[in-house]
Amino acid sequence: MTENTAPETNVSRRDFLKVAWAFFGGLAALEVGGIFLAYLQPRLAEGEFGAHLDIGLVDDYPPGTVTHISNGRFYLVRLPDGGFLAVYHRCTHLGCTVPWDPAIQKFVCPCHNSQFDDNGMVENPPAPRPLDLFPVTIENGAVRVDTGTILQRQTFDTAQVVYP
Amino acid sequence: MTETDPENQNPSLLRRIRARLVPDAHPADDRGRMRMVLDSLILHLHPPKVPDRTLKWTYTWGLGGLSAVLMLILGATGAILLNNYTPSAPQAYLDILELRSNVWFGELVRNLHHWSANLLVIIAVLHLLRVFLTGSYRAPRELNWLIGVGMLLLVLAANFTGYLLPWDQLAYWAITVGTGILSYIPLVGEWLSRLVLGGPEVGASTLLNFYSLHISFIPLLIFGLMSFHFWRVRKDGGLTLPRRIDETEEPRVERLTTIPHLVRKELVFALVWIAAILIFAMLVPAPLEDIANPGLSPNPAKAPWYFLGLQELLLHFHPLVAGIILPGLAMLGIFLLPFIDINTASVGIYFRSRRGRSLSLLALGLAILLTPLWVLLDEFILDWSAWLPSWPSLITNGLIPMTVVLLPLILIDDWAQKHLRADLEERILFLVIFLFTAFGILTAIGIFFRGPGMNLYWPWLMPEVVH
Repeated sequence: MTENTAPETNVSRRDFLKVAWAFFGGLAALEVGGIFLAYLQPRLAEGEFGAHLDIGLVDDYPPGTVTHISNGRFYLVRLPDGGFLAVYHRCTHLGCTVPWDPAIQKFVCPCHNSQFDDNGMVENPPAPRPLDLFPVTIENGAVRVDTGTILQRQTFDTAQVVYP
Repeated sequence: MTETDPENQNPSLLRRIRARLVPDAHPADDRGRMRMVLDSLILHLHPPKVPDRTLKWTYTWGLGGLSAVLMLILGATGAILLNNYTPSAPQAYLDILELRSNVWFGELVRNLHHWSANLLVIIAVLHLLRVFLTGSYRAPRELNWLIGVGMLLLVLAANFTGYLLPWDQLAYWAITVGTGILSYIPLVGEWLSRLVLGGPEVGASTLLNFYSLHISFIPLLIFGLMSFHFWRVRKDGGLTLPRRIDETEEPRVERLTTIPHLVRKELVFALVWIAAILIFAMLVPAPLEDIANPGLSPNPAKAPWYFLGLQELLLHFHPLVAGIILPGLAMLGIFLLPFIDINTASVGIYFRSRRGRSLSLLALGLAILLTPLWVLLDEFILDWSAWLPSWPSLITNGLIPMTVVLLPLILIDDWAQKHLRADLEERILFLVIFLFTAFGILTAIGIFFRGPGMNLYWPWLMPEVVH
């Protein structure tokens, strides 16, 4: 114990072992933490919400209408110019379901009174960004919405609209 | 009991069992009596003797003890509620209906659990307030303050996770709004929100997550911290001694034996409260609305009542400010309090000093006056996002209103320091009482004055909730 075979170093064997044990202990804690987090990751329940939904034909939705597709959690908006938007019905403020008020042609959130126009653009805060969208595809006159992909946006842009 | 009657060297089996279970109530000598007291399990928690002054119940108001009693009620009722509950939608809701109509005392047990949980939030906050107002968190009790604040957070978490379990409209939307705040945490918010909810919105996985947190993880942590908390009270030398405001010298302390002086008081106190809660639970049913419907937010949709102060802030500020920055600063302040407010000379005196009492009254009055005024002003007049339409909402709806609120606070503090010659502990007292009262008033506004569309109404003119 008295003889030090490595004279150039000032790390004692005891200190080295202490650091080594602490290192491996920390590593083990990280691994356990990682396993916990990975284990607890959400599993997506495919089938209902989160799947591709076929919701009928283009002609079922006349221009200038807003239709609630409740099992898909979205509104199918057919703009007056004939374009389609699938607007997630979840308020971007705190997650309440926003009803469409046909009288004033707006989405009005019952929780904190955020208001959105038919494009989903914020007309009245506190909502911080427009309503989210789902991708719409139109093939042979049939409308299909992918509710597994939530598209967040900062503003409305005509590129978001899908035309038949 | 190790001593046996010398005349009876060979006691019967029954006597031997009894001697081990029930200590001799009347030991013959002083030494025997002393042993009996010292061997008692109660003195594992309490010291053998306590200062007579701390027994005065208008000092502690028994708030810590009551919290422990409520924990016991919650543990007992919670354990048997498990026997009639399935954590899956929609079965959870049907189980609650079944519990109310077809289980003996099911409604009573549920009411007891519900009301005790809500009372616990109030009592735990009052306990924290008592410790603050008497300066009892100062050295060497800082660690126990931290443990206590940790437990308060866990109590809120237990309450919040339990709120979802009945799976009615009230539960579903309160949790939706409550967890909505999570997604505003910078960088990890979205990920954390998905992890907690088990998906993009409140659903079957959320119910299972909350159930597991509510019945295993959180109660275990609370039990551990409770034991730690009690142990630290003893290690830190028991309760702080209550003192009169003009008392300068160290108070003369007379010590009384814990058994019976303290324990008897505690038992009577617990019994009276349990009776009161039982009567309340018999008379007032816990709320239960229609089964959860993800497609239909009730109007208004409110978070659980203890978060309505936060929800009120969310009406006035950008979510990052109201949901993350302000509560974060408040929590940081609460954790740091015992390390900033360190004058041990005024420990045990309610409100620190005479000037402290005047300042407290002033803070209370100002908060009662200014908070509703500010809510009305912000609701009807201030509209920064309309005045500065091209600015990002984090500034118009966040930083500007935050400055509008913080500036008067800084000015008042400055004034108290210069004109009233308030010292550090008195300024902290003023600030904490002001903020605490303001938050209380915001909570009250959220509970009683917010109606459909989250508009302001007089409580007596409140329209019915639209479902």
